[in-house]
Amino acid sequence: MNAQLQFRNLTLGYDRHPAVHHLDGAVQAGSLTAVVGPNGAGKSTLFKGVVGVIKPLAGRIERNGVDPQDIAYLPQIAEIDRSFPINVYDMVAMGLWRSKGLFGGIGRKDRDAVEHAIGAVGLTGFEPRPIGTLSGGQMQRMLFARLLLQDARVIVLDEPFNAIDTKTCADLIALIRRWHGEQRTVLTALHDLELVKAHFPETLLLAREPVAWGKTADVLTPDNWTRARHMCEAFDDQAQACVVEAA
Amino acid sequence: MLYDAFIGPFVEFEFMRRALASTFALAFGAAPIGVFLMLRRMSLIGDAMAHAILPGAAAGFMLAGLNLFAMAAGGLIAGLVIAVGAGLIARSTQLKEDASLAAFFLISLALGVTLVSAKGSNVDLLHFLFGSVLAVDDPALFLVVGIASVSLLVLALIWRPLVLECVDPGFLRSVSRTGAPVHIAFLALVVMNLVGGFQALGTLLAVGIMMLPAVAARFWARDITGMIGIAVACAALSGYAGLLVSYHAGLPSGPAIILVAGLLYALSVAAGPVGGLIWLSLHRRHLEA
Repeated sequence: MNAQLQFRNLTLGYDRHPAVHHLDGAVQAGSLTAVVGPNGAGKSTLFKGVVGVIKPLAGRIERNGVDPQDIAYLPQIAEIDRSFPINVYDMVAMGLWRSKGLFGGIGRKDRDAVEHAIGAVGLTGFEPRPIGTLSGGQMQRMLFARLLLQDARVIVLDEPFNAIDTKTCADLIALIRRWHGEQRTVLTALHDLELVKAHFPETLLLAREPVAWGKTADVLTPDNWTRARHMCEAFDDQAQACVVEAA
Repeated sequence: MLYDAFIGPFVEFEFMRRALASTFALAFGAAPIGVFLMLRRMSLIGDAMAHAILPGAAAGFMLAGLNLFAMAAGGLIAGLVIAVGAGLIARSTQLKEDASLAAFFLISLALGVTLVSAKGSNVDLLHFLFGSVLAVDDPALFLVVGIASVSLLVLALIWRPLVLECVDPGFLRSVSRTGAPVHIAFLALVVMNLVGGFQALGTLLAVGIMMLPAVAARFWARDITGMIGIAVACAALSGYAGLLVSYHAGLPSGPAIILVAGLLYALSVAAGPVGGLIWLSLHRRHLEA
């Protein structure tokens, strides 16, 4: 086992206020980890740090040779302009960006791959539909198809099951498990603890500071939850500069 | 009879042929840009940029008189400075990009009119504001055609990231660093095409051939490729029909072209098959599935 992502005394935040505070630890290559915690615990912030959208306030993230741009990332609120005149097929095909770039041609093999990805998320037949006509669940399926095509070693999913029905959720979980089987490293933020217990071997319980991290059964204890709830407080505008040194 | 009405003027007069060629070139360059401006909800940005070009063109005019290339270069520089300036101010202060552009273009318009009036006459001022497509000479035609060609080429080069930046900017940021350079290249294309339209249609109307066909196209096509095709056709048709109307009725040509484009826009809003008002008002039975 080697670490795909290594956090070293990592502090991430906004306007100098920490949203993730002094996080140390490693995400093993090929592991499937759930990131849980109350709202405002820093889950999304951690993910933005991992994919390089925000820079650490202190400490660092080592990605073991993977470029942040080669990490597939599904943000919690995608900035998708749903009124834009583009169809499902073209939207999914954008997942080929890493291999095709600006000018690479889309050949027969690529078209098969796109069709296959659309089929894998159960959207066959939806190819010519404008994205504005999709339901929330269909939208999420389409974004998963794009993730499939990205073929990334590291996949980061920020609350992918919000407002998704159980059938769609089960289908998407199956994809996540497939990625796990293919030895990809997957980090997923979610709130449904039953799902976490059923499908995610590892869990990080975050409440701005890491509360517990390890085997899911060891992490999701009532004790840990109580601690997590108490640790998520609002930013203090009068807060002093933090002087904790690296552990 | 039909020949005299629709073809004769262009066969008979060279200035009509030049005017037609330059409006066709403008259609190919500006209309696709307009489609992207519309889809990015930047329709009024084009207007603001068009005003911003005026003081630059006026400065060229003060230095070199009615020299096409001095005015075009001045306009290009002023437009780019303001595009970049507005972007920088938006990033470094609380102001949004549209607010800082609004400030810039109002200042530019006042400054431009002052500069032109200080050096030239009211006729010059009218030429600056509304252009004179019938006075397009060879160098001006080459400039317009050159700009349209460069514009189409660059658009082809930045097509993928440009579309991606419109529809899912977060995804583009996560897979590539081309977002910012592509945005700047796109703004440069907007400025270039407005400078191209400046000679023919003036700073105030140049944006008309860019935006009106683009907005009209939205009512005819569901995908972006179709929209661009229709926008180009619509802009070219406006140029052709506008020139004919201005020739036969003795109207100023620039405004005639834009009025035809406006008419096509009104038609599209009313009867366009994609969300046109007439179709919306027909209460057709819903489908079974």
